Amino acid sequence: MLWATLIMSLREVRKNALRSFLTMLGIMIGVGAVIAMVTIGEGATQKVRSDVGALGENMLVVSPGAARRGPERTAGNPFQKDDVEAIEREVTGIKALSPTAQSSTTVVFGNQNWPTSVIGVDDGYFEVRGYKVEMGRSFSEVEAASGTPVCIIGKTVRDNLFPGTMPMGQRIRVKQVSCLIVGLLASKGQAAMGGDQDDVVLMPLRAFQRRIAGNNNISSVYLQVEEAQMTSSVQAQVEDLLRERRRIQPGAVDDFNVRNMQEIADTMSSVTASMTGLLGGIAAVSLLVGGIGIMNIMLVSVTERTREVGTRLAIGALASEVLLQFLVEAVVLALLGGILGILFGLSLSYAATQSLSLPFVISPGTVAGAFAFSAAVGVIFGYLPARKAARLNPIEALRHE
Amino acid sequence: MAELPRPDGGAAAHHLGAALGQAELRPQTPIVEFRRVEKIYGEGESEVRALDGVDMRIDPGEFVSIMGSSGSGKSTAMNMIGCLDVPTSGAYLFRGVNVCNLDQDQRALLRRHFIGFVFQGFNLLARTTALENVELPLVYRRVPADERRRRALKALDLVGLSSRAGHTSAKLSGGQQQRVAIARALVTEPSLLLADEPTGNLDSARKVEIMELMVQLNREHGITVVMVTHEPDMAEYGTRTVVFRDGKIISGNR
Ligand SMILES: Nc1ncnc2c1ncn2[C@@H]1O[C@H](COP(=O)(O)OP(=O)(O)OP(=O)(O)O)[C@@H](O)[C@H]1O
Ligand SMILES: [Mg+2]
Repeated sequence: MLWATLIMSLREVRKNALRSFLTMLGIMIGVGAVIAMVTIGEGATQKVRSDVGALGENMLVVSPGAARRGPERTAGNPFQKDDVEAIEREVTGIKALSPTAQSSTTVVFGNQNWPTSVIGVDDGYFEVRGYKVEMGRSFSEVEAASGTPVCIIGKTVRDNLFPGTMPMGQRIRVKQVSCLIVGLLASKGQAAMGGDQDDVVLMPLRAFQRRIAGNNNISSVYLQVEEAQMTSSVQAQVEDLLRERRRIQPGAVDDFNVRNMQEIADTMSSVTASMTGLLGGIAAVSLLVGGIGIMNIMLVSVTERTREVGTRLAIGALASEVLLQFLVEAVVLALLGGILGILFGLSLSYAATQSLSLPFVISPGTVAGAFAFSAAVGVIFGYLPARKAARLNPIEALRHE
Repeated sequence: MAELPRPDGGAAAHHLGAALGQAELRPQTPIVEFRRVEKIYGEGESEVRALDGVDMRIDPGEFVSIMGSSGSGKSTAMNMIGCLDVPTSGAYLFRGVNVCNLDQDQRALLRRHFIGFVFQGFNLLARTTALENVELPLVYRRVPADERRRRALKALDLVGLSSRAGHTSAKLSGGQQQRVAIARALVTEPSLLLADEPTGNLDSARKVEIMELMVQLNREHGITVVMVTHEPDMAEYGTRTVVFRDGKIISGNR
């Protein structure tokens, strides 16, 4: 019976093709908008996550100075070697760690100049930040310990200082120091919050401190946590340890800060998620409007087909069978609208994500949800008209003009 | 014309009788029995006694013509016979079952299994082919699609319209539409065929055609026919004519 009813409804939908299509349009636009919003939002969230992840996975950055930006920001003393050693010794859950010191300066090769960041690093830095040496080698133990001026350069630096030539084995000048290029970094691309991660010159920390900075200061410590969920525990341990070492009174403002990349990613993706929710909510309202459209058309259709209903009842249809017929018709309309809407929404979001260079992620849950939701819209908004049809008195219905 | 099996009273009656929780429907007893049936529309001042204490009895195999002036209660009586309506007072027994005690759905099942309607206005479904129209009662009887089609084609053949099976109602003439309506009424092999002014808006040649078909169904297939008409020469086709006036039967009763 359900099957016969379904066939009957499809026939009915086809008989009034234009009207059916216009009715579906409401649902189609609603579903399409929801799907598009959610898919684009999902893409943006993923992009933020992967960008922040690309800065360094499960990364914490410990820097001197209070966390709050703005006029209150206090400088804070730089860290020293023993701070780093204490962290390494006492904090559990660290996978890799590197003290760094950094300077923004212009590097020179021949008659080419390039302003870039020169960073003194330990071996751990490559791991924390996810840098890979594409060609050449990383620093040897001897170089790291002795402060030999060697460096590894990023792709942007290479492209600007060595257009078309091989930089390996060449020497560049960093402040007054002549520095041998021993390796090239694989490109990492643009970071989420500005900054070209390939625009960098890395050298052993020791060499940087001795020859470039002229002191033993450490400007930041980069940490990689073993597991994402340990991030906040490691952060807390580091904070406690440094407060103690730097003699910060309870309640006083820290003169250092630990930035949690995971946290930043979470914040940003929660922002995009709530935007998605908001837009999705607005789109859902249009679904509601589409549902009302279905109800309206079904009411008109029931009135128009009063004689038909009378005939069916006279022939021996049960009230429940008439109810089912009109309900199925409404659901068919809503579902067809939903399917068209899903296709429409996906193509819309495909176009949008391509032009915004976001990843295009189809979320099966959303698609299934949209499908179920349009069926529900059909049932909910089809019920009233269907009940109206089922309650018709056969004699009066047959006399209806 | 194709052979239409004789209406199957027995098996269906038994099933339905059981379903309705009543004694088995008895085909031998009068198929229609009115006992002091009253139908009153409205209340107080505007009260209309459409049927005023009607006693009537129709036996299986009869072809009864109902006549009477406009407003005399013919259609009201037909609706009652067809179990579309119930009396305000009195009793209506359809094959021995008191219809007054049945609810809407049980009456729908009676109609589905025993009664075929031919309406004055044809009441074919719009933009639906003749074949689909004729199949409709079988859909509600849960007849499988291929058998449905076979039986509908046979019924169309019986009314001489098998060549028009794929035509939609709008493409059929009035007489053809009425014949489709008859095919739809008899495709279920009903024991009772009800026709309220089936020739109302047809020309005389078509009228004769329809009437001969009704007579054939009655004589050859043993279908009991009750027909309302205004025209005495149409009433002639029946075996008996019952005349209504002001909600009462004034002649033709037994
Ligand atoms: N639903 C109704 N509500 C109120 N009065 C009704 C209703 N149906 C019928 N009547 C009244 O009942 C009386 C009998 O009506 P009915 O339709 O049975 O007449 P009829 O004999 O079929 O007439 P006609 O030949 O014009 O079709 C009429 O006076 C009519 O006005
Ligand atoms: Mg009438």
